[in-house]
Amino acid sequence: MEEGRSENSSGNGKDEKIRVEKFNLYYGDFRALKDIETSFKKNAITAVIGPSGCGKSTFLRSINRMNDTVQGVSTRGQILLDGENIYGPDVDVIWLRSRVGMVFQRPVVFPLSIFDNVACAPRVQGITGSAVLSDIVEESLKAVDLWDDLKGRLEQPALSLSLGNQQKLCIARTISIEPDVILFDEPCSALDPVATLRIEELMWALREEYTIVIVTHNMQQAARASDHTVFMLDGQLIEAGPTNKVFTKPEDFRTEKYITGKLA
Amino acid sequence: MYNPRASFENQLKELERLLLEMGRAAETMLEHALEALAQRDVDLANDTIASDDKVDYLKLEIESKSMELIATQQPAAKDLRRIFGAIQIASDVERVADYSVNICESAIKLADKPLFKPLIDIPRMEQVVVKMLKESLEGFVDRDLELIEQMILDDEEVDNLYESLYDELCEFMKKDPSLVDQAVELVLISRHLERIADHITNIGERVYYVETGIFTELHQ
Repeated sequence: MEEGRSENSSGNGKDEKIRVEKFNLYYGDFRALKDIETSFKKNAITAVIGPSGCGKSTFLRSINRMNDTVQGVSTRGQILLDGENIYGPDVDVIWLRSRVGMVFQRPVVFPLSIFDNVACAPRVQGITGSAVLSDIVEESLKAVDLWDDLKGRLEQPALSLSLGNQQKLCIARTISIEPDVILFDEPCSALDPVATLRIEELMWALREEYTIVIVTHNMQQAARASDHTVFMLDGQLIEAGPTNKVFTKPEDFRTEKYITGKLA
Repeated sequence: MYNPRASFENQLKELERLLLEMGRAAETMLEHALEALAQRDVDLANDTIASDDKVDYLKLEIESKSMELIATQQPAAKDLRRIFGAIQIASDVERVADYSVNICESAIKLADKPLFKPLIDIPRMEQVVVKMLKESLEGFVDRDLELIEQMILDDEEVDNLYESLYDELCEFMKKDPSLVDQAVELVLISRHLERIADHITNIGERVYYVETGIFTELHQ
């Protein structure tokens, strides 16, 4: 049973949430991303893998324009979210980031209570009614499976939580403003194996409602916890396809070398 | 060139060395089974039956080594196919050894009386099947897909020989029921050889899969 032709795409047609077209990113003269062409599917998890320095985090950060603040950055090509180029002249970056949330490598917890850590995002969006905020906090914490544990101590400092729960709290804050897409940048690299698996389970649950893109240097995590895998090397997209295919029968010899741990 | 997974590669090679050892053991069993039949050598048949334990032991060792590598090395892509292929090939090789035991059992039953007809088609089948087994192991060792594809074509000849021998022996039995005891054993032996050729074909297809990632029926 030979599979069909490999496409550099993890989605197509109407299921496509994000389309990347000939996207390039430069740090000054250095071309960090080279003509990236791919797409990300709705309600699916796409893992972006590749060795350190391959551009995978730069690529992820391009999807909600986190690189804008880096000095000397310029881009060419486009990234379309529901068909609209997020690098277009009229795009409000604050609006973009409310639709494309991000979870970072280390949990970014504010020195505030558990409640305020979640409520701060909707507050920034202008939601002030305490009943509405309470509902949002409850729903968000339920979605990340923290509500039952924390409902009785929402006023406690969030920094008192374990790292794994801090990361879940960050995910709750991300989804509190109902984005369409969640970007995860090495979300488990600071976590122990059990907390890591919990975050992966959570991502599986969240993909029912969100489009998820995760950058990971943990190949087993990509294999376990994604529907599609994109492999990058030296700023180029080498291969993209269903995760089960990429990990059993990759098309490109460089992908094969990387996933079998032989890319010296 | 530097290979960051050199020790894993060595373990994969050890797994494949075990598989080759198992294949060679089954090959010897098949050759001895056929020699025991031709020479009416009951001792050789009994020794061959006893040597099946070694093949069974090697199969268990290959399976447990494979499980260990899957659990500890997180193999992917071709590395994973090599392990998966080893488990499957070991299973086919074990069946070749089991059928060789069955041939020995028939050889023992046939040894006490002269055969009612000289063996002609069975030695021809033997020749082809032994050649197929040798070539499948050689193709496996050398990753020689051309040899594998050529080898599999011989399965057709084994099938044809089996069918004609089956018809011929049935005719003998219809004409002279006193031949049934011997003729049934000869039908069984030819059937075992035909099944052995099918398992060797499977081995060829597994080698093809390991190398290319494509599951295919090479023999149509």
